[in-house]
Amino acid sequence: MSSTLLTPPAPAAHASQPAKERTTYLTADYGWKSWLFTVDHKRIAILYLISIMVFFLIGGTFAILMRAELLTPKGDLFEAETYNKLFTMHGVVMIFFFLIPSIPAVLGNFLVPIMIGTKDLAFPKINLLSWYIYVVGGGATLYVAITGGVDTGWTFYAPYSSTYANTNVAAVAIAVFITGFSSILTGLNFIVTIHKMRAPGMTWFRMPLFLWAQYATSLIMMLGTPVLAITVLLLFAERAFHIGVFDPALGGDPVLFQHLFWFYSHPAVYIMILPGMGVVSEIIACFSKKRMFGYHFIAFSSLAIAIFGFVVWGHHMFVSGQSAYAGMVFSFLTMLVAIPSAVKVFNWIATLYKGQVSLETPMLYALGFIGLFTIGGVTGLFLAVMGLDRHVHDTYFVVAHFHYVMVGGMVMAFMGGIHFWWSKMFGRMYPEAMAQFAAVVIFVGFNFTFFPQFILGYMGMPRRYHQYNDEFTVLNVLSSAGATILGSGFLMSICYFIWSFKWGKQAPQNPWGAKGLEWEKAQSPPPTFNFEDGERIVVTEDAYAYTYEESHARTAPEVKK
Amino acid sequence: MWKDFPLYPEQASTIAQPVDLLYFFLIAVSAFFALLISVLIVVFASKYRKDRPNASSAHIEGSTMLEVIWTVIPLGLTMIMFVWGTWLFFQQAHMPADALEFTVTGKQWMWKAQHPTGQREINDLHVPIGKACRMTMTSEDVIHSYYIPAFRTKQDVVPGRYSQLWFEATKLGTFDIYCAEYCGTEHSKMGGKVTVMTQTDYEQWLSGGVANETPVQAGERLFTALRCITCHNATSTARGPSLSGQFGKEVKLLSGATVTIDADYVRESILNPAAKTVEGFQAGLMPTYQGQVKEEDILSLIAYLKTFGATAPAAGSAAK
Repeated sequence: MSSTLLTPPAPAAHASQPAKERTTYLTADYGWKSWLFTVDHKRIAILYLISIMVFFLIGGTFAILMRAELLTPKGDLFEAETYNKLFTMHGVVMIFFFLIPSIPAVLGNFLVPIMIGTKDLAFPKINLLSWYIYVVGGGATLYVAITGGVDTGWTFYAPYSSTYANTNVAAVAIAVFITGFSSILTGLNFIVTIHKMRAPGMTWFRMPLFLWAQYATSLIMMLGTPVLAITVLLLFAERAFHIGVFDPALGGDPVLFQHLFWFYSHPAVYIMILPGMGVVSEIIACFSKKRMFGYHFIAFSSLAIAIFGFVVWGHHMFVSGQSAYAGMVFSFLTMLVAIPSAVKVFNWIATLYKGQVSLETPMLYALGFIGLFTIGGVTGLFLAVMGLDRHVHDTYFVVAHFHYVMVGGMVMAFMGGIHFWWSKMFGRMYPEAMAQFAAVVIFVGFNFTFFPQFILGYMGMPRRYHQYNDEFTVLNVLSSAGATILGSGFLMSICYFIWSFKWGKQAPQNPWGAKGLEWEKAQSPPPTFNFEDGERIVVTEDAYAYTYEESHARTAPEVKK
Repeated sequence: MWKDFPLYPEQASTIAQPVDLLYFFLIAVSAFFALLISVLIVVFASKYRKDRPNASSAHIEGSTMLEVIWTVIPLGLTMIMFVWGTWLFFQQAHMPADALEFTVTGKQWMWKAQHPTGQREINDLHVPIGKACRMTMTSEDVIHSYYIPAFRTKQDVVPGRYSQLWFEATKLGTFDIYCAEYCGTEHSKMGGKVTVMTQTDYEQWLSGGVANETPVQAGERLFTALRCITCHNATSTARGPSLSGQFGKEVKLLSGATVTIDADYVRESILNPAAKTVEGFQAGLMPTYQGQVKEEDILSLIAYLKTFGATAPAAGSAAK
């Protein structure tokens, strides 16, 4: 490793100069073998990045085709069965192969070891294994998509899925089963790494909030995913061997399937949002140049969400035939989950107060996240309130709600995070003005696409409808128009990211003047073992100590408690 | 303009307005917070922008006071929503005693309804205004969901069990019925219209329908045709318990447990007789009728058993 000697942790930004001959993790080795057999967490993160982008484009294509069908009330573009396959594959691909691995497996893989000041994850080979499992599961899903698809909806409700569907449910069940292990292994790896491998001085409460969010997410992945595995295995057993578990004709109980399915899939919703909240915390602190407001509250609210998330699954089932009293308890507990989310939002906003706010692209995404996630969150209350849910359950209101959380929340956070750490990952800057423009396009397109769906839902348009009544036309046309704006925003981003590999400005070590080991101690891009050879990482200050030196430098600091 | 672009469906049942009221309350709360958050972001982002003169960051670690405030206020608001919404839901979950008894059977991809007087309809439904109507529903195949947006009501229709919903229409006219739970290829075509009529029109409509037997009459016919009567009679040597006047009563089982003879128990006993055998009778003696009776037949049998042995069974008002 030829190295420029990294100057001892310079507190000021823009510390290091990129040296031409420096060896980075990207240039440490060449050839496809060096990638496919790598155990470097950063290279595995890149492998994940490429594969989830493939799935994002596939899932996005399905979405565009659906919106094209829904442009007119008549089901005239596709057969009903084709449309049903489209929304099913859209859900399966986006949830299991994009959203769940997006931030944990890409940004988490890349950043967790660097942020705690260590060389790699606790189990580098298991980390690679989890990517291979993901690829096998994803490959199986694509195989199903090509050879006929599946039409059960991503929720696989029995007995439709177990007995009545004529599509390839068994193969998708197996694919989802396999992919689950990828999540479990990633979660395990993060938990062990965060527990055992923090650098000296990196106490729990000095950890960046991104790590708290990853930790909470990992807990859910480890505790929840096995239940999904059991559920799809039982589904497979019923479908393949007619072992009666869910189908009443075989002596089973279809509502049992829903309990098992949502026991995983509701916590999974938090797998799909908590990491995004972690990213947003990092970005807000950096672009406010200010210590995080209420650090402990944000950290513990992540854990609270992870824990409460496990006891609210029944709110998907108020009208399923579940007891009204059970529904009441689930409704109550769901209200409690709203609180830690609200706490986070208010703390983020308070962080802006008396900071130095600048609106580079990551910050635009983070602020967009706060707004859209707020709408996604409060509309969740509409669904958690039993008396209203009876009307809006299984309508477009639900579709709009979870897209505000998943796309408006998680995808915005993912985009913000990718922009924020792009320079760290590849040593190049993306084009700022273009990226800001794309962020605005995505924000506008997103709202155009999904806001009309709230109204559609309350008007009574059920979800998963291939054709619909004429009175819903205007709002559907708006939504489809928005989808094209949204899609072009994403395409624009993909183009300038690819452009930046060759023509992007060479990135300094710390372009944002940010705090955190990945900025202050690791070069852009980092060497294979993240830090300079022999450099001992010792952490001496809290996370986000943006105002630390200042308040110590002045004799009479304006310290407010 | 809003007439052409409504923001909520027609209010055509007693529950519609209360549901909308709760909806508007939640919208008000949501709009308030969305606006508050947007304004704060815009104000802070411009007032504390980085390129302002003498920009510096204040050293603030947090404020327990503020944390308490923004925990307690949302908690209070969500508790109001919770109590209000739960109260509303329980009103809908509690079946009125004097309702007209309809049955609904869902199957891929149609709704089959039967009136208290026996008339059958497919997909469509005719109901009188100002009268509580109670639907007892089941499915022949997969899960469906009976949804009438104008009545703000919806209930999943699950195979292997009965679910119920009720409504009281308050507006004459026709409104959409949908299937809200994805049920396969033609899911989006599974639906029809509910027509709300005056009592007189409804009666006239009924009289114009094909003269079917009432569910009770059908049940009585099936009770004999399926030879239920052979074993389930009141003689001392009967091989099955007498069912006369038993509906709604509790009965002791071989296992020692007790069970209420309700619709679900009757259905289970027809399809899987050995599951819960009544004390004093031999388990496994009765054969299953799985595959021999349709869901609609079972519903008729239940309707008959509700009146069987009761004095002067009045067809059409089988509510116990």
